[in-house]
Amino acid sequence: MGVALTRSAQWTAAGRGTRTLETTPLNEAILKEIIMFVESFIYKYPQEAHYVFVDPLEWKTNLNPSAFESGYSVSETTVKSEEVDKNGKPLLFLSVPQIKVRSFGQLARLLLIAKNTKFQEAQACVEANRNPIAKILGLDYDTLTEDSSKVNILDKIIKEDDPEIDMKMKIAMLLKQLDLHLLNHSLKHISLEIRLNPGTVKNDIELLKRFSGKGEHTVLEYIDYTSDYEFSNGCRAPPWRQVHGEICYVLVKPHDVETLCVTCSSEGVFLNGGKTEDEGEINYERKGAVYKDLVTFLKEKSAKFSENMSKQEFAFSEEQQKEKDQPNEEPKKEEAITFRKAVTGSDRSTQEKNQINFGKTRMTKRLEPSLNWKATVDSKERRSLVRDSQEEKHIGRLEKARPSVSPGRAQIVRKSAEKIEEIISESSSESEEDEEPPDHRQEANADLPSEYWQIQKLVKYLKGGNQTATVIALCSMKDFNLAHETCQLAIRDVGGLEVLINLLDTDEVKCKIGSLKILKEISHNPQIRRNIVDLGGLPIMVKILDSPYKTLKCLAAETIANVAKFRRARRAVRSHGGITKLVALLDCGQNSTEPAQSSLYETRDMEVARCGALALWSCSKSYANKEAIRKAGGIPLLARLLKTSHENVLIPVVGTLQECASEESYRAAIKAERIIENLVKNLNSENEQLQEHCAMAIYQCAEDEETRDLVRLHGGLKPLASLLNNTDNKERLAAVTGAIWKCSISKENVTKFREYKAIETLVGLLTDQPEEVLVNVVGALGECCQEYENRVIVRKCGGIQPLVNLLVGINQALLVNVTKAVGACALEPESMTIIDRLDGVRLLWSLLKNPHPDVKASAAWALCPCIQNAKDAGEMVRSFVGGLELVVNLLKSDNKEVLASVCAAITNIAKDQENLAVITDHGVVPLLSKLANTNSDKLRHHLAEAISHCCMWGRNRVAFGEHNAVAPLVRYLKSNDTNVHRATAQALYQLSEDADNCITMHENGAVKLLLDMVGSPDQELQEAAAGCISNIRRLALATEKARYT
Amino acid sequence: MDPKALKKLVESISNTVKSFKKSEVECLIRLFHKLVGRADVRLDNVGLDRNAFRGILYSIFGMTDDVLMNRVFFAFDKDNDNCINVKEWVKGLSVFLRGTFEERLKFCFEVYYLNGDGYISREEIFDMLKNSLHQPSSEEETDEGIKELVDITLKKMDYDNDGKISFADFEKAVKEERLLLEVFGPCLPEAKEE
Repeated sequence: MGVALTRSAQWTAAGRGTRTLETTPLNEAILKEIIMFVESFIYKYPQEAHYVFVDPLEWKTNLNPSAFESGYSVSETTVKSEEVDKNGKPLLFLSVPQIKVRSFGQLARLLLIAKNTKFQEAQACVEANRNPIAKILGLDYDTLTEDSSKVNILDKIIKEDDPEIDMKMKIAMLLKQLDLHLLNHSLKHISLEIRLNPGTVKNDIELLKRFSGKGEHTVLEYIDYTSDYEFSNGCRAPPWRQVHGEICYVLVKPHDVETLCVTCSSEGVFLNGGKTEDEGEINYERKGAVYKDLVTFLKEKSAKFSENMSKQEFAFSEEQQKEKDQPNEEPKKEEAITFRKAVTGSDRSTQEKNQINFGKTRMTKRLEPSLNWKATVDSKERRSLVRDSQEEKHIGRLEKARPSVSPGRAQIVRKSAEKIEEIISESSSESEEDEEPPDHRQEANADLPSEYWQIQKLVKYLKGGNQTATVIALCSMKDFNLAHETCQLAIRDVGGLEVLINLLDTDEVKCKIGSLKILKEISHNPQIRRNIVDLGGLPIMVKILDSPYKTLKCLAAETIANVAKFRRARRAVRSHGGITKLVALLDCGQNSTEPAQSSLYETRDMEVARCGALALWSCSKSYANKEAIRKAGGIPLLARLLKTSHENVLIPVVGTLQECASEESYRAAIKAERIIENLVKNLNSENEQLQEHCAMAIYQCAEDEETRDLVRLHGGLKPLASLLNNTDNKERLAAVTGAIWKCSISKENVTKFREYKAIETLVGLLTDQPEEVLVNVVGALGECCQEYENRVIVRKCGGIQPLVNLLVGINQALLVNVTKAVGACALEPESMTIIDRLDGVRLLWSLLKNPHPDVKASAAWALCPCIQNAKDAGEMVRSFVGGLELVVNLLKSDNKEVLASVCAAITNIAKDQENLAVITDHGVVPLLSKLANTNSDKLRHHLAEAISHCCMWGRNRVAFGEHNAVAPLVRYLKSNDTNVHRATAQALYQLSEDADNCITMHENGAVKLLLDMVGSPDQELQEAAAGCISNIRRLALATEKARYT
Repeated sequence: MDPKALKKLVESISNTVKSFKKSEVECLIRLFHKLVGRADVRLDNVGLDRNAFRGILYSIFGMTDDVLMNRVFFAFDKDNDNCINVKEWVKGLSVFLRGTFEERLKFCFEVYYLNGDGYISREEIFDMLKNSLHQPSSEEETDEGIKELVDITLKKMDYDNDGKISFADFEKAVKEERLLLEVFGPCLPEAKEE
């Protein structure tokens, strides 16, 4: 409350002492909220309502003592409440006109008593008590926002365990919430206010001037300022009026209305009293409503103006279309000319219209491309961008299937808009910006198709007819081609959407059915969807889901499925309880004990379930909805529906599951509900879409080992392998290869795949496939190649070349997988020869420069087997100019995986003496030493190995000691990982050749740890540990000897 | 009432009306009986006249349109004696309450065509729709609006383009879009979920 009151409430500037609140809408809203809070306090928090304030809230009241009734002892000029505190003081004390109140309960009662004047009372109270929180709770609670004080108060609670402090804390929290609420509320108000400034007003007027003059086609007859003098701040109003925010006065003469004298002020535009004839003075008083800008004002005042305005707009958009199409069609050299034409604006009117559009754009606050040539580039880029990201994900198929028939530019733009929306839909994050696609309203006087007028007529009947006429109009409207954009937008533009949505709120079942049948069709259009949401259609449709009429339920769910393609809509469905209701639709009363029910009922129930699943599928693209579906008990119902054989039900069901399987909780539930079995079963279905979604779901779930085993046990690997042979449907292929990739993480599955000859097929898919397929194929091969037999198969099928070719790509996910696969192949010397011949190592090496850490790490891992198995590896490594420096510098990375992989690479590089010398010169020793203090066992393992190999050169052993690498290494011996033990023991053995290091080791208690290691079953470890101990021991003996002789 | 006669009546009606159980038929007869309000007269001669029947349509089935209520009455009154007897009552209600889609279709068509030529003519449609616009505008304008509405309807339902709606037209249109069953005004009780 405090923050909101000091920061957002608008206090009058005048005077110091008692400042008063201005009567602005914002302040009123804030006060109302406070009143509501106080009034509801008694019911919501009855206990806290008795809490006695530290200091009373005090103010001057207008209330008469006589207004108080029961519960108060009333005298002529005083009122005391019968409710008292511990010390017997009344909680409310009024001695005219001063009033003191000391609890929320009394505050609320007071407001009740005040009835009509409660607003004034609240205002007086807030004005008189500028820091209510301090009064209510005491000063230390006032600064509750600071974390430290919160802790202090918490401490107090813990120590004293006093119920009163407990309560105080609760009240403090409540007030804090109210404060936040008020702030949010006032933000809303502030954002509604549009402030004009001299610049925008001037722009508007200048623009309108250009389009004014005699003749039918201008927007205005004339428009001019009343004063020629412009102040330096851009205002033309006299200074004493500027104080009131007024900017300038304009005389406007539209074609069809008398001359208007208009005031432009920072609050908006309004009609003033006009110029007085004799003196030329302006009557400044406001005579009409305030509009947000000049154009809106004029549109309202003059029909002719708005008509001509829209014509200009239309002409402009045609112009733009022409320009837009040109660069696409004409050969490149012409493009420059078009470009120049557009930019220099040899056609003046184009430019002007352009500007008009600028003005409009700003006024209507819509995002539209600014310059013509730029628009072309933008939308192109956007589209290609859109395509990329679309190819990575797999949804929105319903929409793609819908043929788009409308010709011309509008279609192009709309298409891209639609795609943009899809992307938004795909995102699961709830926090991102909700991008609205540009809205294309049909212009009022353009050449409209005949459907437009017919639909307008029908809408008239919807508006003015009784139920019978309405049903006829609805049925007739349904006969139009509602898949056609013209009709969809026509319905909206003549105000049909409002009526259709209104009809849903009536009791007439037939009207509702008819209306939903139309809404269901036109909601395929992304703009219509948004309009439906804006008009509040979703809550009504969600309500219809409760209807006893199955037809209605189905239609409502199907429409929701169409509308909920974007985030705001999905959120609306959830917030109105739609998810629970949709989940309830899935419960189609299917009784497994009674299989032979009346078939009619069953099919209708299945239809309801299908529609419910369809809507859930759309909704499940938001994370919070996935949670809501799970909480509403959707998973068991989906699992049950999976057992049906109705394909059209299965698709949305599997679609929903696949969408939700991105969540860990769902994957667990999918395993628990034994859904995998049915997914596998449906892989064998005839329906490609169903196969795709099943494969996709398996792909999502198979991260889990148990699930991978389940897929195998239920015989899912064979259908997956055989689906690989059909490569026409790329979406399905991507899903199938994805499932194969994840399944092949288990060795047993790989064996099966080899049996089914899937590896050969996968190699065949390495060329001419879209990236999302390639990522999965290469991922699968990477897993398969962990086994020797498969490496041979890949080589024999000629898989090495295409794999190496893919190393030059840019797709990060693909690169990670390719490097892994190439690395796996390099384990086999014969394959390595091929890789070397194809210059694969150089390509891998250059990927170390890739900006993404995953790619870097994966490339570094892949380099290890390459260096191990290449002939003349040392020579090869040296041949990469700057390569060694690059590797050493990667040790500065802060990504653990990159560090571990680079250490591994260095281990291999250091096997060559000459290279070791080079990396030593590049400063590998200090860099490695710096990493020594790590907790990651993986990094420890590879770091220790790298250190042990780097010891082989010059005085590196000594240098490691100097850089304090030895002591941390000793601690590695306490790790639980044998790999770490072995590598560390070897490193320590190497380091112990230096006497100083031996001393450090001894000091850090290495001997005891190493003695344990000697007992290890691992021979290498034994040896290294023993070697190290012997070095330490020898040093000790030598010292002793030296001492005694 | 004589239980024997009642039983006989139930038997005879049950032979023709299959959609009600015998007990239901009996209840309907008793109801009819009560509605007629003259229990002493022999049942097969008495009946509900138009006003009484309209009262029932209004109070029980919530119908309000005078024209249509009259038409429903005539559709019930098979023998055109301006009076609905007990057989017509049960028979009519069987369509009204339990009718199959085909029966309802036929019933609605019967309600809508009045002059008995088996067609719904343009004029008849106009008559039935003339109260369907409740915009406060001049009579002329409203007439114009209704005429257009009639055109829209004919365009939708008159498949053979002869300017009137035959049963075949009607059947085809309703089968395509169930909502058109009561296209010219409500003449059935509120549809229950099938």
